[in-house]
Amino acid sequence: MSDAPWQKAEVAGTKRALPLVKPEVVLAMLKRSKHPILVVGHKIVEIDLDGKKLIDFVIDIAKAGEIPIVATAHSVKEFLNREFQSVASMPVMDVANRLTDPEWKGLDGKGTYDLAFFIGLPYYMEWLILSGLKNFSGNLQTISLDGFYQPNATWSIPNISSKELREFFEALILKLGGQ
Amino acid sequence: MTRKNVDLKIKELKSNLGIMKDLRLSVGKVIDDSWEETIGPTPYPSITDLRNWDMKILQKYKPFYMPFCDLCCLCTYGKCDLSNNKRGACGLNMEAQQSRIVLLAACIGAATHTAHARHLVDELIEKFGRNYPLDVGGTNVEVEAPVTRLVTGIRPKTLGDLDTILDYLETQINHLLSATHTGQEGNNLDFESKVLQAGMVDQVGMEIADMAQVSCFGFPKADPNAPLVDLGFGAVDPTKPTIMVVGHNVPPAIGIMDYLNEKGLYGKIDVCGLCCTAHDITRYSSKAKIVGPISWQLRFIRSGLPDILVVDEQCIRADSLEEAKKIKAPLIASSSKNCLGLEDRTKDPVDEIVNDLVSGQVDGVLILDPEKVGEVAVRTAMEVAPKRKKFKIIPEIKDLIEIAKKCNLCNECRRACPNDQEIPKAMVSAGKGDLTKLEKIYEECIGCGRCEYVCPNEFPIHSFIVKAGEKKMKQEQYKIRAGRGAIQDVEIRRVGQPIIFGEIPGVVAFVGCANYPKGGEEVAEMIEEFAKRRFIVVTSGCAAMSAGMVKDEDGKSPYEKYPGNFDAGGLVNVGSCVSNPHIAGAAIKIASIFAKRNLRGNYEEIADYVHNRVGAVGIAWGAMSQKAASIASGFWRLGIPVIVGPHGSKYRRMLLGRKDRKEDWYVYDSRTGERVYGGPAPEHLFYAAETKEEAMVMIAKLCMRPNDNTKGRAIKLSHYIDLHKRFYGTMPDDIHLFVRRLSDIPITMKDEIVRILDEKGWKERIIPDPTLLPRMVRKKANKK
Ligand code: SF4
Ligand code: SF4
Ligand code: SF4
Repeated sequence: MSDAPWQKAEVAGTKRALPLVKPEVVLAMLKRSKHPILVVGHKIVEIDLDGKKLIDFVIDIAKAGEIPIVATAHSVKEFLNREFQSVASMPVMDVANRLTDPEWKGLDGKGTYDLAFFIGLPYYMEWLILSGLKNFSGNLQTISLDGFYQPNATWSIPNISSKELREFFEALILKLGGQ
Repeated sequence: MTRKNVDLKIKELKSNLGIMKDLRLSVGKVIDDSWEETIGPTPYPSITDLRNWDMKILQKYKPFYMPFCDLCCLCTYGKCDLSNNKRGACGLNMEAQQSRIVLLAACIGAATHTAHARHLVDELIEKFGRNYPLDVGGTNVEVEAPVTRLVTGIRPKTLGDLDTILDYLETQINHLLSATHTGQEGNNLDFESKVLQAGMVDQVGMEIADMAQVSCFGFPKADPNAPLVDLGFGAVDPTKPTIMVVGHNVPPAIGIMDYLNEKGLYGKIDVCGLCCTAHDITRYSSKAKIVGPISWQLRFIRSGLPDILVVDEQCIRADSLEEAKKIKAPLIASSSKNCLGLEDRTKDPVDEIVNDLVSGQVDGVLILDPEKVGEVAVRTAMEVAPKRKKFKIIPEIKDLIEIAKKCNLCNECRRACPNDQEIPKAMVSAGKGDLTKLEKIYEECIGCGRCEYVCPNEFPIHSFIVKAGEKKMKQEQYKIRAGRGAIQDVEIRRVGQPIIFGEIPGVVAFVGCANYPKGGEEVAEMIEEFAKRRFIVVTSGCAAMSAGMVKDEDGKSPYEKYPGNFDAGGLVNVGSCVSNPHIAGAAIKIASIFAKRNLRGNYEEIADYVHNRVGAVGIAWGAMSQKAASIASGFWRLGIPVIVGPHGSKYRRMLLGRKDRKEDWYVYDSRTGERVYGGPAPEHLFYAAETKEEAMVMIAKLCMRPNDNTKGRAIKLSHYIDLHKRFYGTMPDDIHLFVRRLSDIPITMKDEIVRILDEKGWKERIIPDPTLLPRMVRKKANKK
């Protein structure tokens, strides 16, 4: 378990993400949040955590935590294939850009978000987007759930094995009241 | 026709005052009297002349910054912590700092192309004289230099005219670069405006370079039937001595071809290239071959095929000398911009240089004379080839397996790989004799070599990957149509109307470098998709090569399948990086030839026309360089959107529209002067897509323009919706923003779309004659 950037050259600046090692942190953040969102990249279909696809963990987390999902790139198709309908779709650059706008109405018309989870984007793209948000999006808190440490998030799961990530998600889903 | 009425260069002048060398005299300015076209408001625009236009664009497409670093370290006040948009010791905030870095990149790019043009033009003037006439397409191309005409207001006729225009470009780059100094520009939008100026300058610089080389070297002149040439690793004959040329400035490679020709050695030696020199040498001689894009350098060198490397300028690996040494091949550096620490042997006798290279007394030489490079390269290759016997450093499979067993799975390689390749897993498999995972990495590897620089065991990982892909690599044998140069006026006349009304659904240009997220095949796949859909598909640079590197069931590559003319369903390779202005030029020529707008020094009006009417999109899927940044900037200033691949997010600034903000999308209806909602078309100006699927949907969408007629909009919408349904599995959620009248709806989708429109409370609206410029509102309406 390490909180050095996964891509070693992608060192952060003066502000670095706190390592997220306990699922309880997510619970506490969610409790405090009035309007969270889960931003999901296309790699959730490619990544497999010991026999269960990342997308299936994401669905379980979203259901248990009642967190709305925005699927980026073409990943929405996989949600629909799984008959999971409560998902919005938007290019990740658009999501990121809008998250810096306090006037944004949000995907549900309820205003902008105060907590954004990220998972399944190419590492370097997520790194940059989190940097944009860290520097330009006032009160937004960000959490990276990839298991590859993202220094520009507010909180990031450190570099952990896929087995550890699976265990983290299973524990999180249970604590959120899912199965 | 020049800007100066006296422009005198004297190499040496002896007078009473002594000897003066390289004396140059320039006095006054002249206007091109022979040109009847009225001159527009901004000939030779200064760095602020088009600022108002830039601000209009930047209001619609606001910058979104993603800093690569929280700090600024550009002066000794620093490092300054700019996080959270704080200000540094000089008062600069984070937004301005990011835009300053973008400007630096654009200046580097523009300087590189312009210096390349300067180099070419100076050399060609030396050889052919200032009065040598320019000819890029004879009577087929009367608007010979659309970008230059638009920007400077002159029609260049001779090499000497290009020299004068270069003076202007160099001055601009100087001013722009100076704006990045500490304590100069302080506002991010003003930095962005300067980025657009750099992009515009860059387009002119490239146009000049290509005009000069097309005119003087006899490249295809706007020829849709330019010859098909060999492409791919497998096209190189391993039994012959091989000369590898890399870079962008073609004269040394031409020196090689000329020498071969003169000595009757054609056919006895293979000349093959990578990157843009490869494009340009095949434009000179269809006997030369293209190995592949820039990222193939390491794999080609290590394969041992080249017997000598000749490098010129731009995008060349800084370790090319070391890599050449490993395969016992000498290297010739041939550009003053890339001397690689080598001794300058330009003035030495050829025999001595050849002898030193063949005997291995020196690893390489610097020769700044293209003709001498030609002779030295050929003679050295002939003598070195039998000695080195294609010595390679790709390991044998049994050795690879033995080494792979020693991998300690530290993950360092993967963590250094820009594409996060799972090398450790591939090593485990390789250790067990299964190379399939390494072979898969071969397909996606961009050949950077970072993995092996970090391996604590110093395994030659990239060479392993190449070994695993060797079989495939040797089969890589395709065809590419040599760069044709400009688009003919008659082609523009034919497609002008269908493009501006939208009946040809778009001009899609695949340009730029090979920093792909998942290999070059994605580019080929996207190109095939849009060529089949009968868009006009244009290519240049490394993307043009990747476009050709697939085959269908009949063994045909795309350039054999699709015609090379600028028309629906065409696949048009314009050529190298410096040929990119033919793409912008085609859009500009639509305004001039089809719509009869004046080009001359009339940038703003033409950009407004192109932005609102010409459904063109650039895709730089593997954009890597600063040149790619300046090329994109040149398109933005014309209001043409550019999509980059995911690595393009590292340019750290996007220009994004907000379709949810209705107020951003109003245009003037030039018939009435009324401000009307034109819809978010095009929605973005600079945008990084995460996947090829997302890019394809976005390409179709970004081809829409406010000016589309209902038939054209229906065609464009049907492509957008069709691709969206295929890749996303749903209808797009924004169709109501793009349907203006019921007749915009694609007929086969009527019921479905009308239902959606009803749900959204959609109302019919007028289709404007769109412009962003109040002065373009027709006078009669203005008076009302
Ligand atoms: S240029 Fe300005 S922000 Fe950068 S180091 Fe100097 S004082 Fe700091
Ligand atoms: S050479 Fe290929 S595998 Fe190695 S780091 Fe670069 S892209 Fe990755
Ligand atoms: S860096 Fe070298 S030793 Fe480490 S995992 Fe990669 S190949 Fe193995």
